[in-house]
Amino acid sequence: MKPETQLATSFPKTSARRPGFAFFQSLGAVVWKDLAAELRSRELLSAMLVFALLVILIFNFALDLEPRLRLPVTPGVLWVTFAFAGTLGLNRSMAIEKDRGCLDGLLLAPVDRSAIYFGKAIGNLIFMLLVEIIVLPIYSVLYNLNLFNPGLLLVTLLGSIGYVVVGTLLSTMAVQARTRDILLPILLFPVVLPVILGAVKGSAGFLNGLEMLEIWPWINLLVAYDIIFLAIAFMVFDFVVEE
Amino acid sequence: METKPRLLTVLDTVTVIMLLLATAMVFFYAPMEATMGQVQRVFYFHVAAGWVGMVSFLVAAISGVAYLITSDHKWDTAGLSAVEIGIAFAFINIVTGSIWARPIWNTWWTWDPRLTTATVMELIYLAYLMLRSGIEDPDRRARFGAVYAIVGFVSVPLTFFSARLFRTIHPVVIGSNDPGAEGTFDMTTRMLQTFLFSLLTFTFIFADLLWHRIRIGRLADRVEQLRLKTMQ
Repeated sequence: MKPETQLATSFPKTSARRPGFAFFQSLGAVVWKDLAAELRSRELLSAMLVFALLVILIFNFALDLEPRLRLPVTPGVLWVTFAFAGTLGLNRSMAIEKDRGCLDGLLLAPVDRSAIYFGKAIGNLIFMLLVEIIVLPIYSVLYNLNLFNPGLLLVTLLGSIGYVVVGTLLSTMAVQARTRDILLPILLFPVVLPVILGAVKGSAGFLNGLEMLEIWPWINLLVAYDIIFLAIAFMVFDFVVEE
Repeated sequence: METKPRLLTVLDTVTVIMLLLATAMVFFYAPMEATMGQVQRVFYFHVAAGWVGMVSFLVAAISGVAYLITSDHKWDTAGLSAVEIGIAFAFINIVTGSIWARPIWNTWWTWDPRLTTATVMELIYLAYLMLRSGIEDPDRRARFGAVYAIVGFVSVPLTFFSARLFRTIHPVVIGSNDPGAEGTFDMTTRMLQTFLFSLLTFTFIFADLLWHRIRIGRLADRVEQLRLKTMQ
């Protein structure tokens, strides 16, 4: 199989000399493992995507998105969609690890635990961004709105990073609980509220063509959130996977 | 059987007396506010309950850090106790606030930063309990609880900050005030005395309840251990 050979060639085991390099190598291996698994099964992405489109469909009728109302509610609709689809993806991505005993295998590997965390987080981020890259043009076509605004894309990226950074940590805890199917959104949503707020207001600012002076606070909020929670997740992840 | 510490009995008595005294001060010592009338009296216990809610959150987060460093289960019991007390007091805070807001703001609820933050704090507390109830292994339960208490505690100021970027109408009685705030007032000396005494009383209630709850938690652990021993 092609991905396996690529796995072997792109990450040769000659890393012991430089510890920093070894970290990125194991991080890359975790990301690549997720991508390769997804490439073969296409379970996660297809589920997230179809779910995202269904959420938009429901919003269409629930909010009656007539042309006059579209612009003000678009950022909200998009971010609710991303948040819901993101939860679905996060849960699934960690549940696969847990069910097939892969998580234990990963933990047995002699690599830094934070490399596993960052690997999983980057994998989840890639899936979330892929969903967004597909949903945004579809939304643009369906509602005749131009969403290809560099500022909007920047806000979407920053928001997704914040969402995934916390989501990966909390989903690792949620899948180890008895009530794991219902736990993740309950744990995640109250904590991730600043991200949703910042992303919605930031996107709305760019879509309405507000001045940068009014948008900067939201971008700063998102950047601050991303950095703070990246640091916290980095510090506490060891305790979440410890046996 | 461990007997109740004498100091705890003293603290119980002092707390009950202080609560009675604080209630009397609120109704009879503090003057009636000129524009808002009787309903303003809810302010003393409203702020005090909110204070206890926040202190509980801080205690839970500190206990979480301490648990992760030491792996000592007494910190886990302390964290859980603080969260349980916090839920009750944050709820009192929200309910008394709504009682005040109905006549003053003409609405039970508004998505003001303080109200939003209080709600999110309450939801994080509830999520913490749900997380714990879903895990059987005591060590893992303690570790996850500690991690979630820390994550929740750090996110709350960010929630407050983000909600504050919206306009606020909640009055800030202490410190600087927004010109847009509605229902604000200047405190007279008697009001300030009543307010500070309420704050002190509620801090005592918090300490008293926390002590009791930690004690119950430790006794429950003992019972559990003894039961396991007899079953063997």
